Amino acid sequence: MGMAAAETQPQFHVLAVDDSVIDRKLIEKLLKTSSYQVTAVDSGSKALEFLGLLNEEEEINSEFASFSPHHHDIEVNLIITDYCMPGMTGYDLLRKIKKSASLKDIPVVIMSSENVPSRINRCLEEGAEEFFLKPVQLSDVSKLKPHLMKGKSKENINGEINNNKRKGMEEISSPDRTRTRYNNTNGLEVI
Amino acid sequence: MDVGQMQRRLLDYTKSLFMEKGVLDGQFLQLQQLQDESNPDFVVEVVSLFFEDSERLLNDLTRALDQPNVDFKTVDSHVHQWKGSSSSIGASRVKNGCIAFRNFCEEQNIEACLRCLQQVKQEYYLVKNKLETLFRMEQQIVAAGGSIPVLELSF
Repeated sequence: MGMAAAETQPQFHVLAVDDSVIDRKLIEKLLKTSSYQVTAVDSGSKALEFLGLLNEEEEINSEFASFSPHHHDIEVNLIITDYCMPGMTGYDLLRKIKKSASLKDIPVVIMSSENVPSRINRCLEEGAEEFFLKPVQLSDVSKLKPHLMKGKSKENINGEINNNKRKGMEEISSPDRTRTRYNNTNGLEVI
Repeated sequence: MDVGQMQRRLLDYTKSLFMEKGVLDGQFLQLQQLQDESNPDFVVEVVSLFFEDSERLLNDLTRALDQPNVDFKTVDSHVHQWKGSSSSIGASRVKNGCIAFRNFCEEQNIEACLRCLQQVKQEYYLVKNKLETLFRMEQQIVAAGGSIPVLELSF
């Protein structure tokens, strides 16, 4: 496997969050197979640490201190997180991200082993882009591309998409295993 | 046995693991399909993690159910984890055992939980045995200079 020397397309960087070592390995492989750069962490607090959402004192002592303390230097294009985690759940993490001025535009996808409609709706209403039922498949990962493109549009010099405005999103048809938030300018309509 | 015979034996054995009341489901095939030259030991690595994780959960569950006052929330949490990991590798009978187990946790039925633990333990050792056999057969083929045949199954 090699990348064509002429390939100039920047790699998307996905932050995966899951407390299960098996699921972390799996999601990492799925994402790498889809040509994404991956960082995998085992908790919501580690995710926030990586994203630079700790106070300064903690950052200095954290294992990510070798990275720039300014999260702007670490670019994350999408966060995919498990729902059921001890301590901070995926939902808690989602809320914290959406409350953060610097992070709220990073698309977030939730994964869960349990198909609980109220849970799914709650996450979509809180701003999650997609909800994947575990075990996650390659076909699920292929649904990430539009969300990643939307996030990256910030840096697209020629882009006409103003990422501060939510444009109508093409409804992604999905089988029962995923749920997508259909976005229109009037608000959110949950499928 | 020549390589061709070994490969056929491997395919037959693998198929048997998926058949009715088989120990594996389509998720295991997904794992095999993810394996490539950049990560030729991916399946063995994931399954090894599953074995380690399962041993730990088995110990934790045995201990938790041995307490004078059983904390069913803790028991349920362990079973939930085991259900997740077994589902992720395609160990369907372990997964199904965990689903039944969780129902009894909810009912706080200690006797039924103990029975479920034994059941899941047996299913786990069964799939562990089968997978170790599978990996051994693969190793033999590779050692004899052959390649691992890809199983084509439609689900």
